[in-house]
Amino acid sequence: MASEIKQGTLELVNHLPILQVITPMLIAPILVVLNNKTLSWLLSFLGALACLFISILLIQAVSDGSILTYYLGGWVPPIGIEYRIDAANAILLFLISIISTIVLIFSYSSLHAEIPEEKHTLFYSCFLLCLTGLLGVVATADIFNVFVFLEISSLSTYVLVAQGAYLDRRALSASFNYLIMGTIGATFFVIGIGYIYMATGSLNMMDIAERVNQLSDNRTIQAGFAFIVVGMGLKLAMVPLHVWLPNAYTFAPTVVTCFLAATATKVALYVLIRFVFSVFNYEDSFVNELFFLLLMPLAVIAMIAASVIAIFKQNLKKLLAYSSLAQIGYMLLGLSLMNQKGLASSLVHMVNHGFTKAALFMSLGAFMLKTKNVYIKSLRGLGKSMPFTSAAFVIGGLSLIGVPGTAGFISKWLLLEAALETGYWLVAILIIASSLFAVIYIWKIIEVLYFSESSEAYNEVSVLTLMPIWILALFCIFLGINTSLTVDVANMATEILFK
Amino acid sequence: MDINLNFIYGHLPYWLFIILMLSGLFIVVSRGNLIKKIVGLNIFQTSVFMFYISIGKMKGGTAPILLDKSADNSAVIYSNPLPHVLILTAIVVGIATTALGLALIIKIREEYDTVEEDDIQKMDQKDLKKYNKKNVLETNS
Repeated sequence: MASEIKQGTLELVNHLPILQVITPMLIAPILVVLNNKTLSWLLSFLGALACLFISILLIQAVSDGSILTYYLGGWVPPIGIEYRIDAANAILLFLISIISTIVLIFSYSSLHAEIPEEKHTLFYSCFLLCLTGLLGVVATADIFNVFVFLEISSLSTYVLVAQGAYLDRRALSASFNYLIMGTIGATFFVIGIGYIYMATGSLNMMDIAERVNQLSDNRTIQAGFAFIVVGMGLKLAMVPLHVWLPNAYTFAPTVVTCFLAATATKVALYVLIRFVFSVFNYEDSFVNELFFLLLMPLAVIAMIAASVIAIFKQNLKKLLAYSSLAQIGYMLLGLSLMNQKGLASSLVHMVNHGFTKAALFMSLGAFMLKTKNVYIKSLRGLGKSMPFTSAAFVIGGLSLIGVPGTAGFISKWLLLEAALETGYWLVAILIIASSLFAVIYIWKIIEVLYFSESSEAYNEVSVLTLMPIWILALFCIFLGINTSLTVDVANMATEILFK
Repeated sequence: MDINLNFIYGHLPYWLFIILMLSGLFIVVSRGNLIKKIVGLNIFQTSVFMFYISIGKMKGGTAPILLDKSADNSAVIYSNPLPHVLILTAIVVGIATTALGLALIIKIREEYDTVEEDDIQKMDQKDLKKYNKKNVLETNS
């Protein structure tokens, strides 16, 4: 099925995997040299747009089930580093690229409210490095390369989160805690890689997969897997390891929160999926049992507990952060069902939730531009004075709940089907219960927006701020009606992963 | 259960790795001083460097340097150089993390005038009460 790509030819399509990753990386230092606020925004926007264009080309190239490979420097794996694009990572490359593009449109009109203007150049530069890291993690097929890109993205993320300190100094300690937890996670991940290398002598995913098959009883491999699950669990905010997430999302600038909530945790989850299916053998009992006995209960706890906590939060950024934790629970649950439908629902939910949460955080950011804070009381009566932003927020909220006709419905339906197919009735009931909690906390906000009198009148935000919000909101509806982009590609991806 | 001294002695680098790793992790978790946390994190990361280098070692192996290109080198036993190269990258990552962590500590000290986690939390609580549960940014602007 996989089409052979000739290495070393100059045809553009053969170089797309590497162009996807290095385009933002090459632009980042140029910004610092030019040191011009407007120009740096324009260049990073163009870079993100180029990434988006490349990712669409890639998704077209792999949507028939073929696999694109790229050997860095012409070194043939397992000696050289290989980039490998199939349906599973093409869809994530697309998600990361499009979210970064939309977020950059939003940042043009809103960033000056949160970060002093002389820091903008460095901010965009960091943003592009973070983008490079996330794209690199997804594109590469070399496990040590995954670690390097993960740290590129994480280190720039810590800096981006700390930028919230201009408005609220608590951003500094949030960023510091994230740094400590993130580094512990990354180090656990590196120990896991060391164990795998010890047992197999290889770093290339495909190469390891062949050798692991003969080593499934090997303790070293099993310990390595455990270290990798814990490390990635820290990065993706699996429930007992999630403590960095609420504060980091709450105190980071809105632009950063949008970008992180939509992409960073999903990328970590993708790494976990990639390791389970492409590096280890998912049929091995130690993989299966770990997911069934440990990750599934944790995912269910995340779904319920985080949703309940979200109900009681007055700070809306924190409320949405806790709801993100619950949504990560859905994705983890889909993965831990260990069947094709579950995995497909997990992949689809990554994309759908990316758009949904970005729309919610972004419209919250638009409210914040006017009201100067993110507490629920300050949104009183904004449904009348800021009708367009409020409407976009409502669409995002409906998609978060999973109302039919929105993106959230599709993925939750798939997850529900997968749970029922496997025979987990209780889990299916808990999925619905968690959605009901989502109804409560979203309704709480809608009630304040539309059914209470405002003390102050605010104007609607500018068109330039509204545009990215509405692009995201329309995506929430579009992905709920037209599922060819998400569900079909996800099904293709699960077929490749389950091969 | 008989304690096999050979087992312990034969895996000495691994035992050291485990001891270092756990003590580093313990410092990170138990200390409230932010600088001590960074030091603990460094110990934790360094233990992993040691682990990687010890998996590359071959018994009786020399340094992996190609001295004579024309001669047949297949009989030479040398240590595996790949873990060393990997760990060079990880060291760079570790340095970047430490630098960033220390930079954050400087900023935290400028803002809070302390590097103790407990004091910072107390000050945040006080802020919350003072501004009547409102965001700090509202009073700044």
